Amino acid sequence: MVLVALVAEGETLPRPGREALSLARTLVDGGAPGPVVAAVTGPGAVQAGGEAFALGADRVLAVPGREATADRKLLVDDLLAAWEQAGGQEGLILCPGDEAGRELAPRLAFRLGAGVASEVVRVRWEGGRVLAERPAYGGKAVATVALPGPVGVVQVKDRAFEAASPEPGRTGQVEELPAAAGPERLRVVEEVREEAGGVPLEEAPVVVAGGRGLGGPEPFQEELAELARLLGGAVGASLAAVDAGWVPPALQVGQTGKSVAPELYLAVGISGASQHLAGITGAKHVVAINKDREAPIFRRAELGVVGDWREIVPALIDAVRALRS
Amino acid sequence: MHVVVCIKQILDPEIPPREFQVDPQTKRAVRGRASLVISPFDLNALEVAVQLKERAGGRVTVVSLGGEETPEALRRALAMGADEAVWIRDGALEATDASGTARCLAAAIAKLDEPDLVLFGRQAGDWDQGLVGPMVAEALGWPLVTNVFQTRGENSPLELLQQAEGGYRVVAATLPAAATITNHEANVARLPKVREIMLANRKPITQWSLGDLGLAADEVAPRVVVEALAVPVPEGHCTFIEGETAQEKAQNLARALRELKVI
Ligand SMILES: Cc1cc2nc3c(=O)[nH]c(=O)nc-3n(C[C@H](O)[C@H](O)[C@H](O)COP(=O)(O)OP(=O)(O)OC[C@H]3O[C@@H](n4cnc5c(N)ncnc54)[C@H](O)[C@@H]3O)c2cc1C
Ligand SMILES: Nc1ncnc2c1ncn2[C@@H]1O[C@H](COP(=O)(O)O)[C@@H](O)[C@H]1O
Repeated sequence: MVLVALVAEGETLPRPGREALSLARTLVDGGAPGPVVAAVTGPGAVQAGGEAFALGADRVLAVPGREATADRKLLVDDLLAAWEQAGGQEGLILCPGDEAGRELAPRLAFRLGAGVASEVVRVRWEGGRVLAERPAYGGKAVATVALPGPVGVVQVKDRAFEAASPEPGRTGQVEELPAAAGPERLRVVEEVREEAGGVPLEEAPVVVAGGRGLGGPEPFQEELAELARLLGGAVGASLAAVDAGWVPPALQVGQTGKSVAPELYLAVGISGASQHLAGITGAKHVVAINKDREAPIFRRAELGVVGDWREIVPALIDAVRALRS
Repeated sequence: MHVVVCIKQILDPEIPPREFQVDPQTKRAVRGRASLVISPFDLNALEVAVQLKERAGGRVTVVSLGGEETPEALRRALAMGADEAVWIRDGALEATDASGTARCLAAAIAKLDEPDLVLFGRQAGDWDQGLVGPMVAEALGWPLVTNVFQTRGENSPLELLQQAEGGYRVVAATLPAAATITNHEANVARLPKVREIMLANRKPITQWSLGDLGLAADEVAPRVVVEALAVPVPEGHCTFIEGETAQEKAQNLARALRELKVI
């Protein structure tokens, strides 16, 4: 069995969940023991579960009546009940690449005494076992791990696998399970938005990103913002700039920030640590402005300018304007 | 308030790719000239804990499972403001993985004097797994809040500020609870002063073996086998834009960008 552990949001399956379902289908079609079981909890689980058939599930177990909760301990109990109901002896559990999946995968693995691999970018079923590939050391290495026990848990990285489009003819009967009981010990008391406005970072065709080399908050609001506006893009930043308090955390690009895939990524005053580069693997053209010719960013960049951004960036703004007029 | 912070000592994650090597036989990273440091997000966690202590009173205990150089990391944590340290060391832990580590940490936390809050880094800067925090929470049967950057309040329920899409949310946690910590301007680790470093030398470091934790070697056997650890081939080639002045460089760059059809 390949069981996909899903948390519904408002009667639908979030994209990362659909990606995990598609992977489950691909694995089983490629020889891994089936069936593909979708275990769905969260608000609207039954309706969302119905969707799972068209996305590749052979069997759907859903927990109706689970309200939205921040306490994922409760979701673990729901999902384990589904695992039991589906056979619960051996198999693979897939978790999606969202916040819920990242917490549920290790919790489920721990309860089942199973091996677990997180942020997996490739999965193979080979010689009766699962092999999972994932980056390590901030992307400086790639690890292949095997999960040898009867049960394995794989949490897939966001956007590493494509979500299949639904097959309209594929339907079935959702089986319902009661929600696990237990006290809810976490309660969301406030949601605060810190909106930057403008083009969202993840969707921007151009990202102009700044790092510690910018030396303060002003260049992000002035020079970089102006250049980004001119190029129809968004401003991003390194972890160092976030830690300095120059920009809000929502602008952090990298392994623990946003993943971006623009046509042009312009890195200004960023050294190019592997953890930062892990967030721009999908960028088409990378261009760097840095005063240090030896900076690692130039190993990733296609075009580089060695120099002080204080001179280069304003001159670039002028040059782009001149080219356009 | 008794806050426990789990810290891991790792190979400096900032070493440049050209110096990073793995041993294909042991499938581990080669230490080379790199120093060992406290994993960066664990430093953020420690800072959150010390700020909470300064606000609400109480104490901070750091726990680390690791090899012979672990006391260095623990001393650093003590200098930053932790009161006590626990070093989990046992030859049988050499090959353990996230689940074995989590079992040991959970057993150590259960042995400590009623912790209210346990903090972890969101992920360790070596294997980038993010597994140990949620596993310990599961072992203890506690709730966990992920990607927290700051706390508010002094008692249970404690308010944990959690990074969220486009902002943050405030989660009220009935204690005891666990949290994983992410970086934020509010939790950049303080630099200990010389005096604090000296005082840290007098603070206690307790050592616990597997036996002390009531665990047997087979309970910490790895559940995951590393089949291969490889260094990807380096990326392409950079064309440097030349020019006599900044203006000339910028003009040449703008032209090159136009040729790439990105502007
Ligand atoms: C587990 C883990 C996760 C991480 N996740 C992320 C992440 O998601 N995103 C991220 O960014 N980092 C992340 N990091 C941190 C990462 O390792 C680096 O510390 C960080 O990216 C460095 O930021 P920086 O390049 O801005 O600063 P630095 O490395 O200090 O580089 C500053 C650069 O600016 C240049 N410079 C200085 N002055 C000028 C000037 N006047 N003109 C032009 N250039 C100048 C310098 O030559 C230097 O190259 C992570 C680390 C770990 C361990
Ligand atoms: N050996 C260890 N000793 C103490 N804490 C650890 C250890 N390994 C992991 N942790 C904690 O768990 C977090 C996540 O680690 P990981 O699951 O390895 O990414 C780290 O940031 C630490 O807070």
